[in-house]
Amino acid sequence: MAQAVDTTSTNAEMPKTKPASPWTLAFRQLRRNKIAMSGLIVIIMMFLICFVGPFLSPYSLETMSGPSNKGPSASHWLGTDKLGRDILLRVMLAGRISLLVGLVAMMVSVAIGSTLGALAGYYRGWVDTIIMRFADIMLSIPALPLLIILGAVLSDIQVPPDQRIYLVMFLLGFMSWPGLARLVRGQILTLREQEFMQAAEVLGLRDKRKIFRHLIPNTIPIIIVVATLSVAGAILMESVLSYLGIGVVPPTPSWGNMISAANNLIDFKKRPWLWIPPGVCIFMTVIAINVIGDGLRDALDPKMKK
Amino acid sequence: MANNLVEFRNLRTNFYTSGGVVKAVNDVSFAIKEGETLCVVGESGCGKSVTAMSLMRLVSPPGKTEGGQILYNGEDLLTLKERQMRHIRGNEIAMIFQEPMTSLNPVFKIGQQISEPLIIHKGMTKKEAKKRSIELIELVGIPRAAQIFDSYPHELSGGMRQRIMIAIALSCDPKLLIADEPTTALDVTIQAQILDLMRNIKSEFKTAIMLITHDLGVVAEMADHVVVMYAGKVIEEAPVHELFRNPKHPYTQGLLRAKPIINQRQSRLYTIPGQVPNPVSLGNNCYFNDRCEHCMSICVDKQPPLNTYENRHKAACWLYEKGGEA
Ligand SMILES: Nc1ncnc2c1ncn2[C@@H]1O[C@H](COP(=O)(O)OP(=O)(O)O)[C@@H](O)[C@H]1O
Ligand code: SF4
Ligand SMILES: [Mg+2]
Repeated sequence: MAQAVDTTSTNAEMPKTKPASPWTLAFRQLRRNKIAMSGLIVIIMMFLICFVGPFLSPYSLETMSGPSNKGPSASHWLGTDKLGRDILLRVMLAGRISLLVGLVAMMVSVAIGSTLGALAGYYRGWVDTIIMRFADIMLSIPALPLLIILGAVLSDIQVPPDQRIYLVMFLLGFMSWPGLARLVRGQILTLREQEFMQAAEVLGLRDKRKIFRHLIPNTIPIIIVVATLSVAGAILMESVLSYLGIGVVPPTPSWGNMISAANNLIDFKKRPWLWIPPGVCIFMTVIAINVIGDGLRDALDPKMKK
Repeated sequence: MANNLVEFRNLRTNFYTSGGVVKAVNDVSFAIKEGETLCVVGESGCGKSVTAMSLMRLVSPPGKTEGGQILYNGEDLLTLKERQMRHIRGNEIAMIFQEPMTSLNPVFKIGQQISEPLIIHKGMTKKEAKKRSIELIELVGIPRAAQIFDSYPHELSGGMRQRIMIAIALSCDPKLLIADEPTTALDVTIQAQILDLMRNIKSEFKTAIMLITHDLGVVAEMADHVVVMYAGKVIEEAPVHELFRNPKHPYTQGLLRAKPIINQRQSRLYTIPGQVPNPVSLGNNCYFNDRCEHCMSICVDKQPPLNTYENRHKAACWLYEKGGEA
């Protein structure tokens, strides 16, 4: 096709550097943040240890691998529990469960929270009222007592332990969407008034496409930050519930139910190797995720800095 | 003579605000012919943008189009289903806006944004759309199109972004391009380039253009036909030469006097005294009467109808009515 105008006149307006996506720019800034990067390294190590480590362990969970209740030694680096199971192996397998619970709960919360938040912000009116009132109700109910009740119900109807972890994941995810929904809604409310949405409107796009392709991608920075922090929240909450015996229940190991060994006075005083390792894992993971979240916030959304 | 592509018939769009009902578009009738550039002029707030958005059927609450017809190729757009209307938007009728800096979605590459209507309306594959997008970027006069295809909006200047907006608008070969003050936000040299581009598009693709502006310089350069709006009404309409040679309505005469003449120093720019009336409390009178130097008694008692005079010239003013002073 012929060119409509002479092109030389616009040469001066050319971009000087090669295209850099907003993501590349943000990632570069994150890389300069030493604290966030050390958090990232800790998390990567934690994932590697938990998911690869068990394959390198000479022991297996089903069989007794040594004498019971022995302290750390060359053959059992972190000792054994009262059933003679290797603590190191159990901590790693528990880590798989705890990290997975955190990730899945986050995904559930992000899926529900961003979708409902976007719908509320885009349609406003009664859609907004219904969704946000529901979110308000959920936010005003204290999470822990509710989860304790639900956990007790799960125990009462005797859900098998292996299915129970999925329920716990979804429950935790379902409890934490309202906060994200509020933030996304707020952003969509302002974004939908911007010129580029008017420009999308005149292209004849469907609502679905406008919401999911044009609006939500603009809220990804805030979603990433909230999602990251919510992984830590879910891991912590899972630990609390499991510690209380109503989250992930034995024989499925999780960091939380391993710490419940500390409930027993003798174990607490005499056998610290039972509960210190899972405690340290929870502590390190949660701190690491939180510093990554803060770093992401600084990199992705300069406006949110204090 | 060319056929009417779009015809507004007694269009009414109202805004229900807390202060009362704003008749933003009040009984507006005019037509856009195929391949013609029609300019809509008037001071800010006179209903130009609302007229265009009514045509797109994108007036959002508290606004509502409540009367009249908008015929597109003889079919009333106001009666179409939303699904049919989506097919018109972006495909048959495209639109560009005043603010090129913020009219592109900041998180997508330029190429994705040009490809989108091609994929949606023309059913192209990603690859076909990319090829066509690069052609379009070249067409609107941006060199190194393949590189621009992979750029993000923040890497381009305002002038380039407006060219990209035009490329997006042209992607589906629309019959009508609505441009709502497309050069207002740009500096003068870039303005001239964008207007050039639009003129070339019109002559090459025979696209009709509805150009909204408050700048009579732009009108003189671009228009075939001009519609002058005041407080939600069409008060004068004529072919461009006729309008500039022989403006009838005192408001149009005022606008022409208000235009600065380039290379000619004026001690003070002429401005029409007074202000646009409060759009809520309009009665049965000439809306311009309190600013008009020719105001007569009938002007405050009765609204002048839009009558047709010689040379396809229409005006709504009692000065030209036989029964005017009666
Ligand atoms: N969203 C809105 N809410 C209330 N009134 C509006 C809205 N949009 C436009 N209007 C009214 O419609 C009139 C015409 O506006 P507009 O078409 O944007 O003017 P312009 O000729 O400058 O493009 C204005 O006087 C304004 O009062
Ligand atoms: S109708 Fe009367 S008031 Fe209105 S423009 Fe004409 S002369 Fe002026
Ligand atoms: Mg306007």
